[in-house]
Amino acid sequence: MTLVYPIASNAAHPARLSPGYRSTLKRSPQKPLIIMRQTLSELTGPVYGHETVRENDHDLTTQHAGEPLGERIIVHGHVLDEDGRGVPNTLIELWQANACGRYIHVVDQHPAPLDPNFTGAGRAQTDSAGYYKFITVKPGAYPWGNHHNAWRPAHIHFSVFGHAFISRLVTQMYFPGDPLFEFDPIFNSVPDEKARMRMVSSFDMENTQPEWALCYRFNIVLRGRNATPRETK
Amino acid sequence: MPEATKGITPSQTVGPFFAYGLTSNGKYDWNDAFTNNLVTPDTSGERIRIEGRVFDGDGAPLPDCMLEIWQADAQGRFSDPQDQRALPNSSFKGFGRCGTDANGGYVFDTIKPGMVPDPDGQPQAPHILLAIFARGMLLQNYTRIYFDGEAGNAADPVLALVPADRRATLIAERQPGNGNAVYRLDIRLQGDDETVFFDI
Repeated sequence: MTLVYPIASNAAHPARLSPGYRSTLKRSPQKPLIIMRQTLSELTGPVYGHETVRENDHDLTTQHAGEPLGERIIVHGHVLDEDGRGVPNTLIELWQANACGRYIHVVDQHPAPLDPNFTGAGRAQTDSAGYYKFITVKPGAYPWGNHHNAWRPAHIHFSVFGHAFISRLVTQMYFPGDPLFEFDPIFNSVPDEKARMRMVSSFDMENTQPEWALCYRFNIVLRGRNATPRETK
Repeated sequence: MPEATKGITPSQTVGPFFAYGLTSNGKYDWNDAFTNNLVTPDTSGERIRIEGRVFDGDGAPLPDCMLEIWQADAQGRFSDPQDQRALPNSSFKGFGRCGTDANGGYVFDTIKPGMVPDPDGQPQAPHILLAIFARGMLLQNYTRIYFDGEAGNAADPVLALVPADRRATLIAERQPGNGNAVYRLDIRLQGDDETVFFDI
């Protein structure tokens, strides 16, 4: 292996200790992380075929007997590397609250209804160009206990693999113009404003489907492949 | 195609509610893409179990943590075409995922990995990569699982980077008993005996 993934790319990430997000106080390391060279173990990663993605896993509105309530939306985009090249055949997993801001998870007990026609989980594999597409409903904002009157901006959780175990990314996609952005310590844990805005999808009128669904575009950029050649002896 | 992009998408926490989408394990109306059992009948190599618990800075267990592992097969080969070494192909996929239970516990059933070279071609001791995700973690932590009693540990180039008094946090302890080997490794996110995490 003659390539490494520049560690400088990680500067876009939040600090592990972000005191505004209280749960980080007891779950972030206090000792320095150990810097090491990337080896074959770090620079490879799991590769999956289509067998783990069923035909309708990308459509969260057709997983039950009826249609879920809420605003139907299309979320699509490309998974890219740092040079803007599509990442083909990579797995995307997605989970989200329903239109009322309620998760199906047993721990979420906030007083908003569950929707019997909505689980809120989806899965897709990018095509040969790195393109993916989901159909879902727009999730609601919801309260949480971090501080007085804390509300999460509407978001969809994304889990993506990429080319290597160190390109693995779990993130959240937000919706443009959300008035809750300025109050949310998780969104604002990303220090750089330009980096923060890369988590915000853009409204996509061109791909909005008449009489059917608004469309949002969300491109996901993973580490790697602008990798710097390095002498390895 | 989209325009070229400058900079990666930042990480955000996996949050408290990922289980129904990522580790449903029969508890939700959704199928799991991955499990904590990496062993298939045609997998060669020594069957092992790795188990432990995950704790926060107060010593409280994390019931809402997700662990992912990535490892070579028994011959030291990764199930990824980017590994171009001339070693035999195995059906072993090398990736597993486990959500912690109410006591912060995790289990992986897998095989002991073979030797993987470092960038200079020097052998690394058998090891498994571990990524840790949880509410309160805005970004996954990376660590490695090494194995108690491996002759190669003493010369391992990554272990050598770790202060001697912290190396034990990376080495899974062989548990007494017959049958398949069981190794134990607890993960401590913070504190005096904090697990060593790597900046990669």
